[in-house]
Amino acid sequence: MKVKVLSRNPDDYVRETKLDIQRVPRNYDPSLHPFEVPREYTRALNATKLERVFAKPFLASLDGHRDGVNCMAKHPKSLSTMLSGSCDGELKVWNLTKRECVRTLQAHEGFVRGMVVSFCGTSFFTVGDDKTIKQWKMETPGYGEEEEPLNTILGKSVFTSIDHHQKEGVFVTCGQQVDIWDEQRSNPIRSFSWGVDSFNCVRFNPVEVIMNMRSNTLCWNPMEAYNFTCSNEDYNLYTFDMRYLDKPVTVHMDHVSAVLDVDYSPTGKEFVSASFDKTIRIFPKDSGHSREVYHTKRMQHVISIKWSSDNKYILSASDEMNIRLWKANAAEKLGLLAPREKSAVNYSQKLKEKFQHHPQIRRISRHRHLPKSIYSQSKELRVMKEARRRKERNVRKHSKPGSMPVVTEKEKHVVTVVK
Amino acid sequence: MAKSKATRKSGETMKMTSSRETVVQGMDDEELQRALADDIISASEDEGGSDDERKHCKLLEAISSLGGKKRKKLTERSEASIQVSEFTVNAEGEGDKINLSDLIGTLDKTPSALIKTKKQLKNLQHNQSTLETPLTRKETEKIQREVAFEKTSKEVSRWQSVVLQNQKAEQLVFPLNQEPSGPKRIEQVVAGWKAQTPLEQEIFSLLRMNKQPLHDPVLTPTEEASLRAMSLEEAKIRRAELQKTRVLQSYYEAKAKRERKIKSKKYHRVQKKVMRKEYLKQFDEMVKTDPAAALEELKKMELSRMKERMSLKHQNSGKWAKSKAIMAKYDDGARKAMQIQLEVNKDLTQKLVIPADEDEEDEEESAETLPDFVNDVEPILDQVNPWMRGKLSTEPMMQEESNRLDPPVWPREVGKPGEGWDDQEEDEEQMEETEEESLLRGFEERRKLRQTEDVEVAPMSMEENDDEKKAEILDISDDDEEAVEISDDEEAVEISDDEEAGLSNFTSLFHGLVKNHMEPPADQPKASPGAGQEESPALLEEGLVRVRTLEDVELLSQDISASDTALLTTQTPGTEETDTQSATQQADKKRKRKKMIDPNEVLTKEAKVIEMPLAPTAIEDVEDKEEQRIIIKEAFAGDDVISDFLKDKRKQEEAGRPKVIDLTLPGWGEWGGLGLQPSRSKRKRFRVKVAPPPPRQDQKLPNIIIAEKRDSSIAAHQVCQLPFPFENPTQFERTIRSPVGHTWNTQNTVQKITAPKVVTQLGAIIEPIAREDLIKNNRQAVTRPSINLESDQGPQKKRCSQQKKKHKRKRN
Repeated sequence: MKVKVLSRNPDDYVRETKLDIQRVPRNYDPSLHPFEVPREYTRALNATKLERVFAKPFLASLDGHRDGVNCMAKHPKSLSTMLSGSCDGELKVWNLTKRECVRTLQAHEGFVRGMVVSFCGTSFFTVGDDKTIKQWKMETPGYGEEEEPLNTILGKSVFTSIDHHQKEGVFVTCGQQVDIWDEQRSNPIRSFSWGVDSFNCVRFNPVEVIMNMRSNTLCWNPMEAYNFTCSNEDYNLYTFDMRYLDKPVTVHMDHVSAVLDVDYSPTGKEFVSASFDKTIRIFPKDSGHSREVYHTKRMQHVISIKWSSDNKYILSASDEMNIRLWKANAAEKLGLLAPREKSAVNYSQKLKEKFQHHPQIRRISRHRHLPKSIYSQSKELRVMKEARRRKERNVRKHSKPGSMPVVTEKEKHVVTVVK
Repeated sequence: MAKSKATRKSGETMKMTSSRETVVQGMDDEELQRALADDIISASEDEGGSDDERKHCKLLEAISSLGGKKRKKLTERSEASIQVSEFTVNAEGEGDKINLSDLIGTLDKTPSALIKTKKQLKNLQHNQSTLETPLTRKETEKIQREVAFEKTSKEVSRWQSVVLQNQKAEQLVFPLNQEPSGPKRIEQVVAGWKAQTPLEQEIFSLLRMNKQPLHDPVLTPTEEASLRAMSLEEAKIRRAELQKTRVLQSYYEAKAKRERKIKSKKYHRVQKKVMRKEYLKQFDEMVKTDPAAALEELKKMELSRMKERMSLKHQNSGKWAKSKAIMAKYDDGARKAMQIQLEVNKDLTQKLVIPADEDEEDEEESAETLPDFVNDVEPILDQVNPWMRGKLSTEPMMQEESNRLDPPVWPREVGKPGEGWDDQEEDEEQMEETEEESLLRGFEERRKLRQTEDVEVAPMSMEENDDEKKAEILDISDDDEEAVEISDDEEAVEISDDEEAGLSNFTSLFHGLVKNHMEPPADQPKASPGAGQEESPALLEEGLVRVRTLEDVELLSQDISASDTALLTTQTPGTEETDTQSATQQADKKRKRKKMIDPNEVLTKEAKVIEMPLAPTAIEDVEDKEEQRIIIKEAFAGDDVISDFLKDKRKQEEAGRPKVIDLTLPGWGEWGGLGLQPSRSKRKRFRVKVAPPPPRQDQKLPNIIIAEKRDSSIAAHQVCQLPFPFENPTQFERTIRSPVGHTWNTQNTVQKITAPKVVTQLGAIIEPIAREDLIKNNRQAVTRPSINLESDQGPQKKRCSQQKKKHKRKRN
């Protein structure tokens, strides 16, 4: 005889622990859950509003320098360590978790121009206005020991910047010429080399492309070997494909003054730029305009900027002797998230993305407060640009067809490529 | 360079020596001999003493005194090594360079060699070709840089596939190359373990002796070495590739064997046919892609044709053919076979004709089809009638016609001809129909439609006012009248349905026209401020308002809704009215309102065409335009745009009017059945009258339809432009319609849908992309050729399968 018994899997209804939430069987019949679009729209709207309310990117200010901070360096192995060099030649090592200065040393006479931590993280190099390259130990000297560089290389001219190879003991300096150095030697291996040996991160001031204005700094995309972005004096940033230098891939504009520094996020999807107009802006790598603008009342011209290598923070060093720590995503919650929290964040993120074109949501998510000076300046710039465009259009209209070719925004900024 | 210099030097030294000889002749013998001896000694002997030197100096002085010019030589005390070289070669004085003669000096003992070298030197002297000067440093550097740049850019391009892959990836988890989580092997964890017991030691010593791995998964040194030589990934790829090729090879071998064994003639014939077809196809492609190769193929064909002609193959002279010829009288199959053979012969001996002129013809055609008016500025002929604006697509045909000087032909059924071409028409009736008629057929149909409607329109236009009055009455009137009215309404609905078809037809045509009309100015830069062609819209809206709390956000959104509604109200007429009215007409409207003339009356009347003597600025042009205008007018003679519009508006009004809701239940509380109406009192009781809506916005605007359906409060939340990645509204709507949340989806789907694009770990350092990532790239590169291989063999496979099928069929 066959006996049929109702059987249920206890996994479906029994909680694992008391703290678990009761499992509720759900019926996903769409007729039972009407108005899905309006409901989700409301949720998206709320999510955007909350995002704006919780957008508090400023985390901390590290003060201690006695002059404007000129450069910074990330530690390749430790997230919490950061180095900064100021205009009076002083160098400070910071612990970011404790937000305090760990070590101070007088590195150079005059500006500390550049700084880089070697790939292994045990030492770092500094270049200064006193025409020297100095190598220092990462550890603080013990009691009674003097603060002395491991090596000092005297150069012929001032070095303006330095960068280290990602995997080898090779570093690059630039000044009047570009030098490639071995860590072990006191003479450059190669000087004035144009072909760069490593694709990972060797940066130097570009000389190949003549632009309308001077390019300040340059940063390679860490995930795309051939793309780099350079910041320019003409308020714009340009992303180039190194193989085709005659036209930038993207022109990023929004700043209202010279852009002084740029750094890519380690994911290679975005980059952050520091400007003379006292703001920091975050750009998606392929967008012409910024997605975020950071500013504070007290922050002056931002000279140097770094994106932390865990993609969560941004460090900015400015003229008024402070280093500021920002969140890379303004509304992001810091620290560990519970799985439910995480899924909620993901969901709201998705909703925002889904309804991003709806006018209300777009308006709220795009609104940013700007200091009056910058606001009016950007307005002025816009008017100027419009006027220029109008004039060009009129000239074209009144000249022989074909005599005034349409020059795209991208083409406008590159004068020539020097071989 | 150095060589040439040397030769030059040698020449000079020769002269020097000869001059010296002449000088020497004049000297005393003793001295001469001494000097010569000096020379010889100084040259030949390894270490000249200080005496020799002194003598030499004296000699030089003597010579210089003889020469008249006083040459001063620096005589300094110096190291011997400077003057006396280890190669037995010496320069004459201090500061002198070594001359060739010095070198020859040592050869005195062997005169034959001397002569030889002399000859050589002479030759050298005669040889005057110089080497080219090398490039300047700047230029060489430039070239070097260029080469290096090319090299690096090539090297960098290897990353392209990886980069693209990452860009297209649905989700990227950073850091990219994470070690697989989970328990590690014991051998990796326990490193410092030692064999302790004697047994263990013995075993391990044995194992070590044989170089065996101590633990199961650990490899022998040789294996490790081999692994090191080739990375695991590569090895895997390699192995997979080899496997594949092996399998493919065996497969094709087997297949070939199978096919070879087939005896069926028909099968082979079919196969040949297929091959031929394939070959032809290939040839066609080749003609397109590689004409040179195609030409060669052609030559080959030609050759085969010649051979065929020379031979007697496929002609009726063979043994088989003769036998068949005998059989052909009686056997149908034999006859057919013969015919086939003859055909083959014909095919093979036929000369090929290469089509060459097609392209040119095509070009001509395309040139003809391109109308000239594309770039012309649109002339405004008739400001009131939108039909008269813009040029129609019919224009090119008309031009043709005008070229041919064929007077236009108009069929009789044209509704209302304009005055201007009345006379012409009568003449033209007798003429033949031309092609443009086919073009005008579309218009004709429309006209017919219109004519049928026109019959109705005349009374309808009369009725219009009545209708309106009736509608007014309707509200006040009694129930009895209402019953009648309803039936009337039904009729009206029927009629209007008919109209609707025509109207929709008309509007679609109109939209097309308007589009055509709008296109020409599109090539001008858009006038919208702040939006360039290149620029993408700003991602941020920067303002002076700081958002701190939710209330601020609310304020923000209200702000926008207010501004949006303002915008929308300005937009609505533009978007919703049936596009007939442009801005100029709005201005007209205002003027009209001022004049207080009832526009209904004005509009329903026919517009009079006033003939004005046109000032002939460019006579031909004017004539052309005039003609064209006439043609267009002709084409749309039946289309009464204005009455159409009015009808449309009326319909909209009616649709907006609330309907009376009838809730009577027949048979409830009284007798029911066929032909029985519910009682009057009941009807009165259960008929729900809905309050009339507020007056329409366009009530007093005669030539505007404002859609009441559009709710501005909702419009503030609606997307008015199709966002970028979407191609059509339905696509966008679909994405919006599909819900994301867990209310509508199961947990797994929600997780899948809401997975973020970029995932980073807290506190993990993300390193830049490394060389190891290129391996993936390599793998793709390796797999790609194999894919190509497949695709190359694809058609063959297909063919084979087809053949197989055919074969099977045949067997069946």
